[in-house]
Amino acid sequence: MLVADPRTAAAWRLLRQEIAEAAPERRRELLRQRANQSRAADLHMIGRAGLGHVGGDMSVLDILTTLFFGVLRVDPEHPEWADRDRFVLSKGHTAGALYSTLAAAGFFPQEELATFAAPLSALNGHPNRVKVPGVETNTGPLGHGLPVSVGMAVAGRLAGSERHVFVVLGDGELQEGSNWEAAMTAGHRRLANLTAIVDRNRLQQGARTEETSALDPLDDKFRAFGWDVHVVDGHDHLELLNVFTAPRGERPTCVIANTIKGRGVSFMEDRVEWHHKVPSSEQISLATVELAR
Amino acid sequence: MSAPVQETFDCRVAFADELIALARLDERIVAVCNDSVGSSNLVGFATEFPDRLINVGIAEQDMVGVGAGLALSGYIPFVCGASPFLTGRALEQIKADVAYSQSPVVLCGMSPGMAYGELGPTHHSIEDLSWLRAIAGLGIVVPADPSETRAAVRWAAAAATPVFLRVGRFKVPAVTGDLPFTFGTASTLRDGTDVTVVATGTMVSRALQAAEEAAGQGVSIRVLNMSTIAPLDEEAIRAAVRETRGIVTAEEATTTGGLGAAVASVVVSSPAPVRMRMLGVHREFAPTGNTEFLLEHFGLTAADIRAAAVELAHG
Ligand SMILES: Cc1ncc(C[n+]2csc(CCOP(=O)(O)OP(=O)(O)O)c2C)c(N)n1
Ligand SMILES: [Mg+2]
Repeated sequence: MLVADPRTAAAWRLLRQEIAEAAPERRRELLRQRANQSRAADLHMIGRAGLGHVGGDMSVLDILTTLFFGVLRVDPEHPEWADRDRFVLSKGHTAGALYSTLAAAGFFPQEELATFAAPLSALNGHPNRVKVPGVETNTGPLGHGLPVSVGMAVAGRLAGSERHVFVVLGDGELQEGSNWEAAMTAGHRRLANLTAIVDRNRLQQGARTEETSALDPLDDKFRAFGWDVHVVDGHDHLELLNVFTAPRGERPTCVIANTIKGRGVSFMEDRVEWHHKVPSSEQISLATVELAR
Repeated sequence: MSAPVQETFDCRVAFADELIALARLDERIVAVCNDSVGSSNLVGFATEFPDRLINVGIAEQDMVGVGAGLALSGYIPFVCGASPFLTGRALEQIKADVAYSQSPVVLCGMSPGMAYGELGPTHHSIEDLSWLRAIAGLGIVVPADPSETRAAVRWAAAAATPVFLRVGRFKVPAVTGDLPFTFGTASTLRDGTDVTVVATGTMVSRALQAAEEAAGQGVSIRVLNMSTIAPLDEEAIRAAVRETRGIVTAEEATTTGGLGAAVASVVVSSPAPVRMRMLGVHREFAPTGNTEFLLEHFGLTAADIRAAAVELAHG
């Protein structure tokens, strides 16, 4: 099991405070910069490892950054704190995005990122809670995170805890039936302590979702299953912050975050082949320049 | 002089070529997949037969059920998905809709074993042989190289019986030569008198290499290519028990219920059982690492096979 890096955790705490106290535009800018730093770190990880899921990493990083730097009640130095909010990355193939975010928050030393996917590394191609602090459950096969999150939300309620459960789902992932079984359970049980965020980038591995097995109208589907639904711009940190921290009603919350796969790297944006293509070192240099803007 | 580099092959290529060739001749052949057009190597099939590729999206249970429905309606469905998800996620569909219903679906488990290396245990398919062997009426075929893959695809298309085909991605050399593929029959790739190595899939070429090296140490190894795991060629095992002094099994799978367990159950019920060594993964989740690293980590190299065989020969 990796252990926390106290210096980075202290810096994370300061940045969180600065973000919390900043005026809205400044807040957005701080989160944007932080997310783009994680994007760059992730690209380097993938380049070194020669594998990864770059498109989905880029699309989800604004969501992850907003959660970890503005929303989640977690403590990187006490990852097992019982009343922490729970975060589950159900689309586990975008482990690179999660690792770069967790490292930036000090859950483990940032140097560890260089071991991604290397023999015996804690940072496997899909996240493993037994090895990486901050990972709440092992994901990789799609369609597992929502049922597990429902269980965590039921547990939080049973324990009388204020903790909230956030889970990020891929949109293609929603084709798995297990999601809809869990959505029904959450709706039926009125799990208001559960927020499911859909990374709605409209692409899956091989094609567009709507050409493969259409999901729209996705908002109506979740509503019909008993959820409160919000549709937001998944790259607008302020919109994300507002919706994540808004007071909850009596139902589980579904945030459909409209995103762009490959976001932030012009030549990757909305292109299906970047699902798991590995960028060359020249492409990583180009991308890094774009992300530094 | 260095040894010539052996050419190696991704069996998904032979699989797709043969499937397309058969589909040209038989309109009943269709493919079903789970957003895996690329990873199942079905791009060519999709281009030539767009209407005959049913991509259900990321939904393996649906995929196998849909395959069963097609089979029960007179089609010959090749249901293709990454082996861990096809078998693990849709196990009950395989049991009830395919095997128990005797619907002639060809389940194609792509990139099995530890072919997905660094993607980790969720993406490894080492339990598939064990899970599926427990299901009545389901044939299990693990081709060892491209030519056997082609032959197995041809056989499966005509067999009209529920079958699981394990289609390798990890590159292997050609090993079966001109030997025919006969469902339910092991082929002897090399004869020997001291020890028998029963290998399947990616392990067959390694077993041959082990036999070659052991010969230099004065140990004579018979190599059986066990490309059908169920029903098992029990006669070939009984012959090995009679004619050699020990048996090594080698599989890129868990030994809990896979090839090793299948062979052992024949060996122990023989009149004069011989000693065995079962090489495979022993009920463990893999650490992070690429396929080659993991095969070494779990003792699945030619050197490991040779060492196990030599030990039995001397023991
Ligand atoms: C059960 C299962 N089936 C198939 C896969 C292979 N797979 C990995 S990622 C992916 C596409 C996911 O698309 P989406 O959920 O939209 O994720 P994103 O676009 O954010 O990458 C597929 C099919 C898997 N990981 N699990
Ligand atoms: Mg998507």
